[in-house]
Amino acid sequence: MMQLSVNNDSQAGRNAAFAPKTLAQLPRGESGILDRLDLPEDVARRLMELGFLPGQVIVPARSAPGGGPRVYRVDGSEVALRRETAARLILRSPAKSGPTRKP
Amino acid sequence: MSDCHDCAGCTIASASRVARTGGRPHVVAIIGPPNSGKSTLFNRLTGLRQKVANFPGVTVEQRIGRAKTKHDREIVLVDLPGVYSLSPRSEDEQVTRDVLAGEMPGIPKPDAVLLILDCTNLGRHLVLAAPILALKLPTLVILNMADDLASRGGKVDTAELAGELGAPVALISAAKGDGIEKVFQFMEGTAAGTTSLAAPKVELPVLQDIPRCRQWAHQVGAGAAYQAPAPPLWTRRLDAIFLHPVAGFAIFAVVVAAVFQTIFSLAKPIMDGLQALVETSGHWIEGVLPASVFRSLLVDGVWHGVGSVIVFLPQILLLFLFIGILEDSGYLARAALIADRTMAKFGLQGKSFIPLLSAYACAVPAIMATRTIESKRDRLATILIAPLMTCSARLPVYTLIIAAFIPERHLLGPLLGTQAGALLGLYMLGFAAAIITARLLKSSVLKSERTPFVLEMPPYRMPTLRSLGLRLYDRSKIFLQRAGTVILLVAVVLWVMLHLPLHDGKAPEIGDSFAGMIGHTAEPVIKPLGFNWKIGIGLISSLAAREVIVGTLGTIYAVEGTQDSAGLRHALQSELTPGGAVALLIFFAFAMQCMSTVAVVRRETGGWKWPAVQFAYMTLLAYVCALVTNEVVGSGVLKVVARL
Repeated sequence: MMQLSVNNDSQAGRNAAFAPKTLAQLPRGESGILDRLDLPEDVARRLMELGFLPGQVIVPARSAPGGGPRVYRVDGSEVALRRETAARLILRSPAKSGPTRKP
Repeated sequence: MSDCHDCAGCTIASASRVARTGGRPHVVAIIGPPNSGKSTLFNRLTGLRQKVANFPGVTVEQRIGRAKTKHDREIVLVDLPGVYSLSPRSEDEQVTRDVLAGEMPGIPKPDAVLLILDCTNLGRHLVLAAPILALKLPTLVILNMADDLASRGGKVDTAELAGELGAPVALISAAKGDGIEKVFQFMEGTAAGTTSLAAPKVELPVLQDIPRCRQWAHQVGAGAAYQAPAPPLWTRRLDAIFLHPVAGFAIFAVVVAAVFQTIFSLAKPIMDGLQALVETSGHWIEGVLPASVFRSLLVDGVWHGVGSVIVFLPQILLLFLFIGILEDSGYLARAALIADRTMAKFGLQGKSFIPLLSAYACAVPAIMATRTIESKRDRLATILIAPLMTCSARLPVYTLIIAAFIPERHLLGPLLGTQAGALLGLYMLGFAAAIITARLLKSSVLKSERTPFVLEMPPYRMPTLRSLGLRLYDRSKIFLQRAGTVILLVAVVLWVMLHLPLHDGKAPEIGDSFAGMIGHTAEPVIKPLGFNWKIGIGLISSLAAREVIVGTLGTIYAVEGTQDSAGLRHALQSELTPGGAVALLIFFAFAMQCMSTVAVVRRETGGWKWPAVQFAYMTLLAYVCALVTNEVVGSGVLKVVARL
């Protein structure tokens, strides 16, 4: 199941008409800008302390072999998140402009 | 000490007095985010002069050490838990805040602070500087990993940064020891009271607003001409191998197999050697001292009791060495990442994997290794199930009973016999009980964990001998202190129970001793399991450590001293029914027959509640399963199987 949906994501990434909405949909190696964290406040704060701030550029890196959590490059460090958490990190849509935060 | 009673956002007003002189020791706190090299610096400064305990009332580890400056000034260093901020949301943050505010009982308010940050990641780590500088304690901002920064082409102007922050800044490498003298110079200054506080050039941000804090950190970094280093190329290259879909799994499997192989095959001869040494020296003491009650207590009680713990030391040291290499090299985080998907199925997470693997050697180091799990609930669940994994102290018991009761036949041709199959079955049984218990716990009492699985991936580093050595020393000291003292106590109590009351000035027959009396009293309770009062005595004595039952039964059946255990096997065959024998195996698979584990769980969970729950749960599980086993096997199932 997990494997299947990962494939879907990477196909979706190649499809120009489709823009990834959450961090979980962003294909490996492509960068996305975080818009907001759809998580309870204390959890969101913990992630923000690790660099997952709105406006921040995030790049998905490798995942664990067999489809475990994925490593994300964010603000000079690498942090692994489970898919269920990444799916709650909403990306900014390309059309919407706003300040970005580059490290 | 009672500078502030109002806890929300307190600033310590009277802290502007810099260093205090007088009889009281100079107290310096070390604080930093996780993975900043805080413990490495602490070890560097204190060496072996450190004490590990828990902060009162909580499960957070407290490490206090001593250091001497050039002018022989004694400094007390307090290592605080790794935190990203001071907002008291987790136990770690609460402890850090309390210590810095001087509100932690037993710890004087720090006179100065060493703030250690990873300078390859300054944008993120500098955020912690804001709440620390707001405390207005003399603070040295330590930029660690200077060697990494330089080799990856990063730069920072420490003089500019010091000006921006209004605090001295030292660029060091804690692992290599470069720049450590600057830390000593700072502590000498604060101890002598010559350090003065400067006001920061930049205004400190509102602490609750993380984006604002982040902006502030970047602004400060920019002011100090901070140039972030290039990405760690070697780490990415290594991750391409260690997290490769195929090679990653293979390497993971090799690492797991190597841990197993080391703790069993490599440790075995050393453990056998130690065992022989304990026995020989026991005989030697017996030969030197005149026969007396005292000699019996010393040799049969104290010496053999403590010996039964020391025998496990080689295995545990090797295990700690392995965990140390995995952790210091950075592979532990990758192993946790790989194991996470499987562990999540049982309601646990990747970081529970290595502690549970360690539990195959001994639950005590396994429970100590759960410290790396940040989520309190996941850590507790791991602690609670670890003693169900088949530890090596169960092996002598299993071997004895299997050899006595299970006839050796081929199961899968010559590859797997019935005896090895039974042993394998017992290992799987313990594992199954552990994961089922984990599921139960995580879907009931330990549910509603909102902290998600978040794992920082540190860059790969070469472990240093110094750090590994210190870790081994530290962990084995705790093991010997915790397990050793409990075993000593239990061994003495057991000896008293087996050798008293005196009959006509002589030690009683074992059936008339206190232990015998308890065995007789307990017989009605354990009879349904197929155990008689002699097995009952064995069960009581095995509370010290599981394998002690072998020696106790040997004493009871008066076959001690024979080199082969054939005598004991024959005695058991006539004492136990097949049903009782299998029930005994099942009982040992599940029961928490280990006081050292109870003691360590109490220490790690900060109270008696969880060890009591765990002990009751495991004993009940063992009792019920042994009861059912005795009934089923006793009803003739085994005979049917044997005929096939």
